[in-house]
Amino acid sequence: MVVEKSRIRQFFKSLSNQKTLMLMSLPFLVWVIVFKYLPLWGWLIAFQRYRLGKGLFDQTWVGLENFRMLFQDHHFYRVLRNTLVMSSLNLVLGFVTAITLALLLNELRRVYFKRTVQTISYLPHFVSWVVAANIVQETLAPEGIINNLLLKLNIIERPILWLGVGEYFWGILAVAEVWKNVGWNTIIYLAAITTIDPTQYEAAQIDGASRFRRMWHITLPGIRPVIVLLLIMNLGHILESGFEPQYLLGNSMNIEYSENLDIFVLKYGIQLNNYGLATAAGIFKTVVSFIFIISANHIAKRLGQSRLY
Amino acid sequence: MSRTRSSVASSFGDKVFDFCNYIFMIFLIVVTLYPFINMLALSLNDANDSIRGGIYLWPRVWTLRNYEYVFSETNVYFATFISAARTIIGTLVSVFCTAMLAYAVSRPEYKLRKFVSIVFIFTMYFSGGLIPEYLLIKNLDLLNTFWVYIVPGIIGVFNMIVIRSFIDGLPEGILESARIDGAGDFTVFIRIVLPLIVPALATVSLFVAVYQWNSWFDVFLYNSSRADLSTLQYELVKILASTNTSHLSPADQYADAMGGRTRTVTPTSIRATMTIVASLPIIMVYPFLQRYFVKGLVIGGVKG
Repeated sequence: MVVEKSRIRQFFKSLSNQKTLMLMSLPFLVWVIVFKYLPLWGWLIAFQRYRLGKGLFDQTWVGLENFRMLFQDHHFYRVLRNTLVMSSLNLVLGFVTAITLALLLNELRRVYFKRTVQTISYLPHFVSWVVAANIVQETLAPEGIINNLLLKLNIIERPILWLGVGEYFWGILAVAEVWKNVGWNTIIYLAAITTIDPTQYEAAQIDGASRFRRMWHITLPGIRPVIVLLLIMNLGHILESGFEPQYLLGNSMNIEYSENLDIFVLKYGIQLNNYGLATAAGIFKTVVSFIFIISANHIAKRLGQSRLY
Repeated sequence: MSRTRSSVASSFGDKVFDFCNYIFMIFLIVVTLYPFINMLALSLNDANDSIRGGIYLWPRVWTLRNYEYVFSETNVYFATFISAARTIIGTLVSVFCTAMLAYAVSRPEYKLRKFVSIVFIFTMYFSGGLIPEYLLIKNLDLLNTFWVYIVPGIIGVFNMIVIRSFIDGLPEGILESARIDGAGDFTVFIRIVLPLIVPALATVSLFVAVYQWNSWFDVFLYNSSRADLSTLQYELVKILASTNTSHLSPADQYADAMGGRTRTVTPTSIRATMTIVASLPIIMVYPFLQRYFVKGLVIGGVKG
């Protein structure tokens, strides 16, 4: 007991010697509590019929009513389907294209050319989705370059309204995502490739293995741990299909396919003032994501990898 | 014998492979750059001439009229100023605060380092969600203010991890010798740590600056009733929305809204010009910071 007490005293004594460090960090602790933890109180809204202008505790409590409504809503399941399809497409295409590009970049022998391609390939990642969405719209416009090209090649007879047909939306979005992020996503694989022991390539070359076989049997297995790790971590974000591209490229003609969970929340919450239902949908998303991310972390650890986040 | 033959064969295969690879890379460059070059050409071409079509890589009738027109609009003029202000102020504030926090939690002797780190890192796993965050901003009276662009983003946890792992890599001797000379933690941070972690600061600054410059959702959500707090990106969202509603006929709403008095501009030329204005600053900066962000991404991705 006495030992305990003196320990606590010791703790506070050394803490009082660290006033500067406390001044340098505790204001931000207040910030994080206000901006990141305090909104969690807002989750109570999901159990209320929330009206603006009244305090959080003066609202009508409705129990699980909002959740019941949410899970009975056809609209919600369509939105969930769109979210899952779009994020799965992103995940698969994002991985395949980034790994392929990294492997091909690694085979370029002229350093200057390789650097140039890399720098250019990062460009779309840095521009906003607003700019990218404008580019997509311009490219796919009736008089845009895609329609012109297809018309010239006689593949189509009249211009296609690409963004006006719901069925095309997932494909357009997937291609746009690849265009925007493929270069950026190669960075981590290229960094992993540099850690591969070069003597392996020399040995393979002496054995007469072709470039393609060297890529397949040395480079690809060499970066497998990184691929597995990133794949697991990305599975944790399966409910994050993005918000901006769907919102910016979505319109009344493709809404059946473009609307995802985040847009659903925005629509019900801010536009229709149904705060309870929107918050319930938000909670659903956060809780499922939380479970996915924690399990992803756990699996990654079990596989003996370091955690990503 | 057979060995020589196979190596000859493979070297021929290698050449084919190399050739295809170069072709593919050139295709990639074209696909990436073409839309930007096309937008640039359209923005520098006479608006009425552009209607004829056929503008691809180079303007046919050169003019700066589109730029003059766009910047003569008061909302675009203000929006440029606000975009620049939020990028500069937001980046300076966030990078300084994040670095300071990273320094504090990197000190092994700091008794609260574990606690503070965990409280921050845990926030990477959840978010309050749109509605509660909106109501928080409302209750804090940050709606319709400039500060709503700065305050919610003061600390970036990912950035904190990047800076912290950089500080951890500094030789302990340097910090120790400064402390023996009687320098306090704040002095050590400002005078010694900050100059040594410039590469990490460059990385993080790029991330924050790009985020700030490209943001439009916070403008839409919190400040859409204040035209004087709009940003370039949000102005571009408005143009996009006006073209989105009617796909068949090119929407004239924005061009009309911008003053349909004399049609020296068209929706296409305004859109191209705004796209260039909204992306040019970033395009000009990021190639020079490539070294830094590649390193920062790898550090931040693997540690933490």
